[in-house]
Amino acid sequence: MSGHAGESFAELPVAPKPALRRFHQARWDEPIIFEQSRPGRRGIAVPAAGVPPVELPDAVRRAEPPKLPEMSQLHVLRHYVRLSQENLGVDQAIAVGQGTCTMKYSPKVNDRFVTDPRIAELHPLQPEDTVQGVLEIYWRLERMFAEISGMHRVSLQPASGSAAIYANIAMIRAYHASRGDGERRDQVITTMFSHPSNAACAKVAGYEVITLMPDENGYPDIEALRAAAGPRTAALMITNPEDTGIFNPRIEEFVRIVHEAGGLACYDQANANGLLGVTRAADAGFDLCHFNLHKTFSTPHMCGGPAGGASCVSEALAPFLPGPTVEFDGEKYHLDADRPLSVGKTRPFLGVTPNVVRAYAWIAALGAQGLREVAETAVLNNNYLMHKILQIPGASAHWPGGRVEQVRYSWQGLFEETGVHSEEIGVRAADFGVHYWTSHHPYLVPEPFTLEPTESYSQEDLDEYAAILAHVADEARRDPDLVRGAPYNQTIHKIDPTSLEDPKQWSPTWRAYTRKHLA
Amino acid sequence: MTVPGDGGAFTVGLVVNPVAGVGGPAGLKGSDGAEIQRRALAAGASPRAGGRAAQAVLALLARRPETRILTVAGPMGEDSARAAGAVPELVWSVPRDPSSGADTTAAVEAMRDAVDLLLFAGGDGTARDVLDGSPSCPVLGVPAGVKVYSGCFAVSPATAGVMAAEFARDAPAGVEDGTAGTIEAEVVDLDEEAYRRGAVSPRLYGTLRVPAARARLSGRKVGSSSTAPGSAEGVAAEVVARMRPGVRYVLGPGATTMAVGRLLGLATTLLGVDVIQDGGLVAADVAERDLLNLVDGRETHAVVSVIGGQGFVLGRGNQQISPAVLKKIVASGGLLVLATQQKLAGLNGRPLLADTGDPEADALVEGYVPVITGHRESALYRIRSAIEEFPA
Repeated sequence: MSGHAGESFAELPVAPKPALRRFHQARWDEPIIFEQSRPGRRGIAVPAAGVPPVELPDAVRRAEPPKLPEMSQLHVLRHYVRLSQENLGVDQAIAVGQGTCTMKYSPKVNDRFVTDPRIAELHPLQPEDTVQGVLEIYWRLERMFAEISGMHRVSLQPASGSAAIYANIAMIRAYHASRGDGERRDQVITTMFSHPSNAACAKVAGYEVITLMPDENGYPDIEALRAAAGPRTAALMITNPEDTGIFNPRIEEFVRIVHEAGGLACYDQANANGLLGVTRAADAGFDLCHFNLHKTFSTPHMCGGPAGGASCVSEALAPFLPGPTVEFDGEKYHLDADRPLSVGKTRPFLGVTPNVVRAYAWIAALGAQGLREVAETAVLNNNYLMHKILQIPGASAHWPGGRVEQVRYSWQGLFEETGVHSEEIGVRAADFGVHYWTSHHPYLVPEPFTLEPTESYSQEDLDEYAAILAHVADEARRDPDLVRGAPYNQTIHKIDPTSLEDPKQWSPTWRAYTRKHLA
Repeated sequence: MTVPGDGGAFTVGLVVNPVAGVGGPAGLKGSDGAEIQRRALAAGASPRAGGRAAQAVLALLARRPETRILTVAGPMGEDSARAAGAVPELVWSVPRDPSSGADTTAAVEAMRDAVDLLLFAGGDGTARDVLDGSPSCPVLGVPAGVKVYSGCFAVSPATAGVMAAEFARDAPAGVEDGTAGTIEAEVVDLDEEAYRRGAVSPRLYGTLRVPAARARLSGRKVGSSSTAPGSAEGVAAEVVARMRPGVRYVLGPGATTMAVGRLLGLATTLLGVDVIQDGGLVAADVAERDLLNLVDGRETHAVVSVIGGQGFVLGRGNQQISPAVLKKIVASGGLLVLATQQKLAGLNGRPLLADTGDPEADALVEGYVPVITGHRESALYRIRSAIEEFPA
């Protein structure tokens, strides 16, 4: 070994690390997988030994093979590893910046249950006798959601939170129609800070949508509700706490006003992460509610589906649930498709079984006490982070008072001082390896940003996130053009968001891309 | 003039209000007037309109390097064009320094017939000066002022450049009136002097034709978003759907009510008050005394939009709907209020305001009213008398 005895590394002039991480995202300029296809290339999946090959009958054979990319195993692997490196998600980033999305950690053990052949290889058309286990999971998870919400029955068939909201409005419509009141009740009331899917689903279902704007304190205007509720009211569809993180303490009064007008009350529980084991929709008098499995119950978000939603209803609305429903006679589980008042299927078969399994495993692992601790930790984390954020000059929380699990903040002070917009702060924050969200539109809070820490993140994570925003706010003061020019360390430099609004440019599939851009 | 698509180079006029926006950071609520500009500069404000105009030109040239740029010598355009790497053609030079709003108007007059699109950098005050130059070409604002309430601004300087480039690509050739691919946008401004004293008096000054990329126009000051929902067309469709035979409708001024007329194929006016019934125009641009006769003895509804960012629905720009007219309307029919959600959002919980000058008439419309925000969409929102909201 060379070197002098007694010399230690501690004495070497090593530059200290900067306070913030020197993050740099990968940039591979990775082509679309179809562009990498070459005729004849293939990967090999070795069949199980000793299993004789099955000859498919001609009737089920395709006339020509599907137009799948032809690639070697290495190139497929490399492609997806690269894409994963160009991504920013919960598994490598502090994902507290997507308020209302509740980006919590999805425990990996639950993925092992899902990839177990006993789940992964199930066929949706198997006879009931051969799928008693998965039916039991559906049944038990339904009972768990009934307990969490206080509701009577639950459908786990919807493939996403918004699909569950749509199932709920479909049930509301069917309920009023069954009473001969469907024609007259043609209005749905919602609030500006409720999840926008409520207004969207109501409108798709044919309703006129009346929106209640917030009052000076950020609460939905109860006097406006009194003015709006009447013989045309089909339902109130409301989120609580709203996307501001403010819990509406008069929620029972809201429900009562709508009930007195003959309407139903439907609770969007997208923001339930701070309420588990604390409040229940049924206890506030609601007739229906829904949960997003991919928010509160830790399953992956799935980028628009298939995710998972739970539609929960009171006894009076149970006949209208989507179906078939899973029933248990004390010995065996079976599907009940003979439900004449049902609104029908929200998707084929049972639902998104992998996410139902993940949510079941997550709740079972925590138990009732654990769910309550989730809520308490999420609220504590949120208020800790709020305390840190409000110390940054130029940041504010817009309305006074406490918050539940998230906060809609404002950079209006910083904007007035520097001319730097909230979106620009968010893009610059991505240079430090975190993401950030502003708000739904229209922006009621000026220069908004919405943070939701959930229970997944540590104190150090929250300190780091707040330090990044404080650093970027300081940059906005010292060198606003530096912030405006961001990102510098990201996979993609600038995105023109308006392309998202131009259907001529959308290509959700390779086939569409070929037609629109390569023709 | 070159016509887009006729083979000639796309020509853009560029006018910069070099002092736009200097009053903002200084908390002066605007930059109108030489004294305010002097105070702002003394307080350390640095002009940013020139740089923002350059960002727009840069984004335009990146997509259409062959674009011809006509502009004004010096800080009113030339400097920005050169900063973006362009070699502009100078059509005018400012006779004095510092320049004023009249110079903006003169610059617009000098180039309006020679360009396919006029880009200007500034705020609402600049937009008014541009309007005064009666531009015959489409116009697009590069947001650089303190007050950017008008609908003629792109959401950001770079977006203005992108919109200009796409307008050059998409605007069809050979359209006689030059309105293809454009929409009308409101020019709204506040009286800055009054605003500084705490009083707000927004006014609609007229409209400019802007490239039809609604998502990229800022529309309202709040929510500089690229996906702001709500459009005048959706609101107009709902108004028309609610119209009943035999009932008279008094349309107030504004682009939203104008869209109602357009949807019905009627020649209603932008700044005036018009009366329609059964899909036909009864009278256009009427005065108060005409209205008193026209609303007499039949069911009549007033259709009014929210003017400016402060929430006035009566008494601003629609004084023709006087207390006497309003009393007759409320007695026979009622008030239909139109606003996009974005406009209501900008009120930040403050009520809509009625300021007819007669507390009794104001009181008739006070309370919660359904505000039409889109097709089959409304919001229940409160109207208050301005006298009660701002007691003297």
